[in-house]
Amino acid sequence: MSARLGPVAVLAIVLGIVFFLTPLIVTFAFSLWEGGDRYGFAAYRSLVGDPDLWASLLLSLRLAAETMLLGMVLLVPSMIFVHLKAPGLKPLFEFIAALPFVVPAIALVAGLSALYTGPAWLIGTPNYLVIPYFFLALPYAYRAIDVGLSAIDVRTLTDAAHSLGAGWGQVFRLVLLPNLSTALLGATLLTLTIVMGEFTFASVLLFKTFAVYINDTGSSKVTEAAALSLLSFVITWAAMLGVLLTGRNTTDLGGTH
Amino acid sequence: MAVVALQAIRKSFGGRPVLAGIDIALAQGELVSLLGPSGCGKTTLLRILAGFERPDAGTVRLDGRDITALAANRRNMGMVFQSYSLFPNLDATDNVRFGPRVRGVPRAEQSRRAEHLLELVGLGGHRHKFPHQLSGGQQQRVALARALAVQPDVLLLDEPLSALDAKVRAQLRSEIRRIQRETGVTTVFVTHDQEEALSISDRVAVMNEGRMLQVASPAAIYREPADAFVARFIGAGAVLSGRADGPAVRVGAVALPAAAAAGHPAGTAVELFLRPEHVRLDPAATPPSGALAAEIRELTFFGSLTRVRLALDGIADSEAWADVASDRADGFQPGLRVWASWDAAAPRVLARV
Repeated sequence: MSARLGPVAVLAIVLGIVFFLTPLIVTFAFSLWEGGDRYGFAAYRSLVGDPDLWASLLLSLRLAAETMLLGMVLLVPSMIFVHLKAPGLKPLFEFIAALPFVVPAIALVAGLSALYTGPAWLIGTPNYLVIPYFFLALPYAYRAIDVGLSAIDVRTLTDAAHSLGAGWGQVFRLVLLPNLSTALLGATLLTLTIVMGEFTFASVLLFKTFAVYINDTGSSKVTEAAALSLLSFVITWAAMLGVLLTGRNTTDLGGTH
Repeated sequence: MAVVALQAIRKSFGGRPVLAGIDIALAQGELVSLLGPSGCGKTTLLRILAGFERPDAGTVRLDGRDITALAANRRNMGMVFQSYSLFPNLDATDNVRFGPRVRGVPRAEQSRRAEHLLELVGLGGHRHKFPHQLSGGQQQRVALARALAVQPDVLLLDEPLSALDAKVRAQLRSEIRRIQRETGVTTVFVTHDQEEALSISDRVAVMNEGRMLQVASPAAIYREPADAFVARFIGAGAVLSGRADGPAVRVGAVALPAAAAAGHPAGTAVELFLRPEHVRLDPAATPPSGALAAEIRELTFFGSLTRVRLALDGIADSEAWADVASDRADGFQPGLRVWASWDAAAPRVLARV
């Protein structure tokens, strides 16, 4: 069924597009400025040639991957356990998952620095950031996985698989993970988006992640900073588009064919 | 020898007893229904049999072997659940192949079983459909095929028809019985629907409040309920409290013919159970021998028969029912005075507890 849009709706959509696109277009135009009335891709060439960009980008991507892995390994089994065996603990889990929203990032990083000691490969290296990043992404990842778990009847599917002879490993591998794939993909993409844009932790702990590189570049090279902002937009939007598309695929599967 | 035996099974949840000492044994190829109202413990008993719950006390035996502590995935039982339980990511064939696959059955054999069983449940043309592309009835057929694919020692059916509409229910019910007979698999069928239990089972086990009240053939459960709860729960009928008085039950000044009352000492408090099909109605002015005066209160049309609700004269708040062939019920209407009678051998008389 399709409905024709009224003039007010069309106007609202146009205004929305103008509102969102104007800053991007202006930023893009500014990123092309080479001084005076000269325009070109000098800022982009400078960025591409800067080894610090690639180092910081790779570092952020690696930290994002580690955070996603830690989130999956810790969250998925524990959330399935709560769903199946201890549903009474769910309010406590939800409270813990919401805590990072109310604790300021600066308080979190100060608290973590004071509390956590550990091996040299963790403390004093960028790997240490995975711990605060996990907490930062927790509310989003938790929600995404919780929605996925609520959409399937975990208990009945688990019981059905057990009754057919499957052990826990097979239940996870053949039943739960395939049916939670959309939720897990959503959780990982949200984590990626958060880690790629996180600035406070890395800056305070003096690690040069992608966000810190953008900030440093912005303070000295303005057109490069504009180009970088666009680049980070593209990464974030690609991740969000991924979340939307996986959500749409789920809807399609649930429909009538 | 019994294939499955549950002995002195007890189970409590949070201090509340759910099963209070259950004993039942099933013979090879038998279909036994666990019948009772919601919360009577029938599903818990089935889950204990399946291995999803551990009993607080008692033993579960399979072919004489104690399997009480055996995990669900190590018991050779197939189960069909009340809610649709097909794996959403697998098509019908892969759902049926799942059990053989996780048990390490060769791929060719998995496919052969899936093909055969999907034909058996009438879904040969839907092999590659995913659960969301199947109707509720079709999903439960696939679930049945999936449960049979592991060639189970016992098939467990946990209210598999309760989510379906009436017509599909009746159709699938007879198909389950046909398939059960063809495969010869020993089956436990949990239901709260007495019609379902009576029509499908070799034996019916009636449960209430964690106890098994009677285990017998459907006809015996209907005709000779062993317990007042069973009599009330199975079928419709009048329940009249009185005292045994020779071959009758006396309620106030009225003597209701009941040969079975003679088996109770005179004056004992008893309950008389009278099925609607045993009651005859006569609108004639002269009473037939042994008939009681009554007034029609309500008529309910059931197609071929009409059920008439009566108030018996001389017994306050009494209710009795009579089934009349609908083509002979035209003259009946609420308020009409009639004579109600029955064979003295028809009513069941049980001591009042």
